[in-house]
Amino acid sequence: MLNPDLVGRTFTSADSVNVTKEAIQKFAEVIGETNFEIAPPTFSISITLEQSQSLLQDSGLDWTRVVHGDQKFEIKRPIVAGDVLHCSSTIESARNVAGNEIVTVRSDLNSATELVVSTWSTLVVRA
Amino acid sequence: MNKIEVGAEFAPKSFLINRKLLVEYANASGDQNPIHQDEAFAKSVGLPDVIAHGMLTMALAGKYLSDISGSQSVLEFSAKFIKPVVVPADTDVALVISGKVIEINNGIAKIELLAMCNEVKVLGMAKGAIKI
Repeated sequence: MLNPDLVGRTFTSADSVNVTKEAIQKFAEVIGETNFEIAPPTFSISITLEQSQSLLQDSGLDWTRVVHGDQKFEIKRPIVAGDVLHCSSTIESARNVAGNEIVTVRSDLNSATELVVSTWSTLVVRA
Repeated sequence: MNKIEVGAEFAPKSFLINRKLLVEYANASGDQNPIHQDEAFAKSVGLPDVIAHGMLTMALAGKYLSDISGSQSVLEFSAKFIKPVVVPADTDVALVISGKVIEINNGIAKIELLAMCNEVKVLGMAKGAIKI
């Protein structure tokens, strides 16, 4: 059970992430994309996944029961090789539906003060 | 490539998913959850077999969307993970993606995507918005 006090909690990474052409290429090649300069639409998950896990690490969630419910991306501009991004993740909501706990985490990737991508991950903790 | 107008449908494309691809996606994305690689582990937590990362299915649907739009112009992309893509050993599983234009407004087209695996819909409410 997620501690309800954690809703609204934000975790901001101390370190920035340097987006390399190699990282984009590695992701792109899996899906058959041949443009390695511009990150594919879902590439940002490779940065935000670790962040949102850090945020939820001591939250009381039972990770063995977590499944990914849905995912949304808002892309202000594509991530490109050479970007230096900071991630901040916030627990936006936590609610209980029919015994399943549903937690939504928003992660924003910023380049200096420019918002580049926002993502929302909904995690379902099965009863 | 079809003209982008409301009702236009894009040809389905088949993406093959196998165990090797799951390992490659795990390494590219950082998601090393063993349910996507270790058959014994997957079965121990009640799954029928190894399953694909939901985000891999979504990444492949994202590639389809990029191909429609040109890779610089995907503005929004969302989906629900409604059924697992089960990936048995030594098997290529076909994920078939198709899409159609459902709305055009202010130079932005909304595309509804369909993702099917063994004739089962695996993504729900899969939608993208692209700049045209």
